[in-house]
Amino acid sequence: MSTATLKRGGMDNSTASVAGLLGVFAILSIYIAANAMDRLMGVHATIFLFALAAWLVGIGLWAGKLEGRDPFDETKYEDTLVKFGVFASMFWGIAGLLVGIVIALQLTWPNLFYFEQWGFTNFGRLRPLHTSAVIFAFGGNVLLATSFHVVQRTTRARLFGGMWPWFVFWGYQLFIVLAATGYLMGVTQSKEYAEPEWYADLWLTIVWVTYLIIFLGTLWKRKEPHIYVANWFYLSFIVTIAMLHIVNNLSLPVSLASSKSYQLFSGVQDALTQWWYGHNAVGFFLTTGFLAIMYYYIPKRVNRPVYSYRLSIVHFWSLIFIYIWAGPHHLHYTALPQWAQTLGMTFSIMLWMPSWGGMINGVMTLSGAWDKLRTDPVVRMMVVSLAFYGMSTFEGPLMSVRAVNSLSHYTEWGIGHVHSGALGWVGFISFGALYCLTQWLWKRKSLYSIALVEWHFWLATIGIVFYIVSMWFAGIMEGLMWRAYNEFGFLEYAFVETVEAKHISYIIRMVGGLLYFSGALIMAYNLVRTAMGHERINQPADAPAVSNPPAAASLQPAE
Amino acid sequence: MSDHNKDIDQPTGVETTGHEWDGIKELNNPLPRWWLYIWYATIAFSLVYMVIMPAIPALPGLGTNTRGIGGHSDRVNVANEVEALRSARAEEGSMLVNASLSEIQTDRSLQQFAMAAGESAFGDNCATCHGAGGRGAKGYPTLADDVWLWSGTLDGIEQTIRHGIRHEEDPETRFSAMPAFGRDGLLTTSQIDDVVSHVLLISGHDEVDEDAAARGADIFAAQCATCHGDEGKGDRSVGAPNLTDQNWQFGSEYRDIYNTVYNARNAHMPAWGERLDDATIKSLAVYVHSLGGGE
Repeated sequence: MSTATLKRGGMDNSTASVAGLLGVFAILSIYIAANAMDRLMGVHATIFLFALAAWLVGIGLWAGKLEGRDPFDETKYEDTLVKFGVFASMFWGIAGLLVGIVIALQLTWPNLFYFEQWGFTNFGRLRPLHTSAVIFAFGGNVLLATSFHVVQRTTRARLFGGMWPWFVFWGYQLFIVLAATGYLMGVTQSKEYAEPEWYADLWLTIVWVTYLIIFLGTLWKRKEPHIYVANWFYLSFIVTIAMLHIVNNLSLPVSLASSKSYQLFSGVQDALTQWWYGHNAVGFFLTTGFLAIMYYYIPKRVNRPVYSYRLSIVHFWSLIFIYIWAGPHHLHYTALPQWAQTLGMTFSIMLWMPSWGGMINGVMTLSGAWDKLRTDPVVRMMVVSLAFYGMSTFEGPLMSVRAVNSLSHYTEWGIGHVHSGALGWVGFISFGALYCLTQWLWKRKSLYSIALVEWHFWLATIGIVFYIVSMWFAGIMEGLMWRAYNEFGFLEYAFVETVEAKHISYIIRMVGGLLYFSGALIMAYNLVRTAMGHERINQPADAPAVSNPPAAASLQPAE
Repeated sequence: MSDHNKDIDQPTGVETTGHEWDGIKELNNPLPRWWLYIWYATIAFSLVYMVIMPAIPALPGLGTNTRGIGGHSDRVNVANEVEALRSARAEEGSMLVNASLSEIQTDRSLQQFAMAAGESAFGDNCATCHGAGGRGAKGYPTLADDVWLWSGTLDGIEQTIRHGIRHEEDPETRFSAMPAFGRDGLLTTSQIDDVVSHVLLISGHDEVDEDAAARGADIFAAQCATCHGDEGKGDRSVGAPNLTDQNWQFGSEYRDIYNTVYNARNAHMPAWGERLDDATIKSLAVYVHSLGGGE
């Protein structure tokens, strides 16, 4: 690597330190690959080594082409990174949805979609691949891209850390690859939504703490007197996920060169830690993170002020205070002491209105601009996402009530519930942000095709309705069948009969997933064409142009 | 904020907070009343619920959690419910244990109870292999017809369930072993070919190589008839299936039968006497006997 070039760059310390860290890890992975105790660790260390090598070569090539240009010019926003994030989100989103359809097919026709000779296609391997791909790969990349975009615009400062934000982006992709290949090969610590083993967890911890430092550093050097509400939500998401990830993954590896580790907690302590983590992954990854997206992209897109500053304060603090206690509602009627179940339930009920505060603030921000619901399908998508958010944050407290939970727990109702949140809320608000980001970052007057956004909106909305209605039906039916006793007090149905009874619902669910997936493909096509600068000739006359574009790539002067 | 720089939002007439980020302002609207009152109501409900139910943990070393004024306990409730069910079934349960299977069959109320218990136990323990309602699957005999490998009587079925089939840990298990004629080199592959043709012929297949079948008949008489009988009608005392009834546990195609002769199947069923209580086993026998082919 040309150090002379780096010196001329002015911000070369960050690049050199990133390269140094990658070098240390490359040496470590050579050692582990050479001494691997099991084949899986050998494969993973090799993947890791090749990824780091390619990364270092990439940095070298990039630095060589700088020719004296300052790559981290403090007078400009870091937008290229956000553009990478937009495409990474699209890629992982489509991959995750595709795996979702495969496992929906496996549940519907288990004999047809069982491939004995390909163990990696078993449901048990593909299911965590699906959940991690949509939550952490798709959702995580949307959060990275939007947070980097929003924090710069609302602080009027370039991202802190020079090369380090790029380290976070590529380091996160590397974590995803380690996690995904691990699932397929059978590397798992068997904790739901926290399946990756210790070494992937440690790598993610480094990446995530760097992310936190970058975010804090950018806030620190802001040129605005106050911190915008979206940044509170992003910060709560980043801090809490760091805490959850570290505590829930505390474990002791068999050896530095083994892919296996043992959990620090066991029994009910492990279960409670796991659901403290699992529930707050929903709370702080999929709720506060995406509320942050809502708080920037909705007011920006409709060019209206946020409805209520006071509501944003009250619902932010109440949401993050109450959410963290609600996890035990995942363990009703188990070995968990009943007092903990009571607290889990009551905190979930008290969480209802703090959750709805975000919905009210988002929807009411359209006051004075309701016509945009009709003219701009991107706005409609984001507002409908709030409707699904409101529905699932009502459904959640309802399902946390012990009497309801005794029917709904372990049934398809739970699957329907998470998908109304995932497809409706997280999916739609993300798609809305991706449409905005593509149009704004590539500085296009309009999206390639507004009609295709309409198609995406309707296909996906109908898909969600198919999905959640079929799962309500299947879940309540199977819950009732499980608790049906005959006149002699014996169970009325065998388990396999309750599975057979869900077949039609499974078919409908799969069709819903296909509709949603086709919508996402249409979006990807539309975004690529937009980025390429194309525009369909027959756009409607009132196609929404950029009425209030975010600040251009150069920083606004301080006021 | 002082009055002189008040910023009023035109469409709504509401004052803003005066802050602005990248063109985004904030209105100074109050908290929606309905939102606030519903929130208060959920908090009030939660507090009342926490007083009634076990809720607040004690600090370490300071006794136990609050029990709640409702005196509610999941553990006590579960124990009570299990006990209530046990005592409700005690009478029929002990009658089942003491009665013989034929007595159960003739006592109408006892038989109904046994059928309910048997159906439930079948779903949890047997349906995994034998299918819901005993309809069978490839490799697992259908129990809902009158074709039996070992025995279709009440006592015979009970014996099968209790001791299993080829379950070597149980000395009373039903046992027989068909030789793996191909794998162990007892017959050549062309001899197996012939004997399969013969079996296909006697089981009513149309397109059979008659020459091969004729050669196979001699091999069948020498090697197979000991157990399956001269005419291939089978022998229940050794669990040898009837080969002429078009009822095939492992498939009726040429390659299925070839595979059976080459490798032998010698299917296995666990001895349920190790896992289920007496009343349940008797109930299962009554239930399976009633599925369609009880003798």
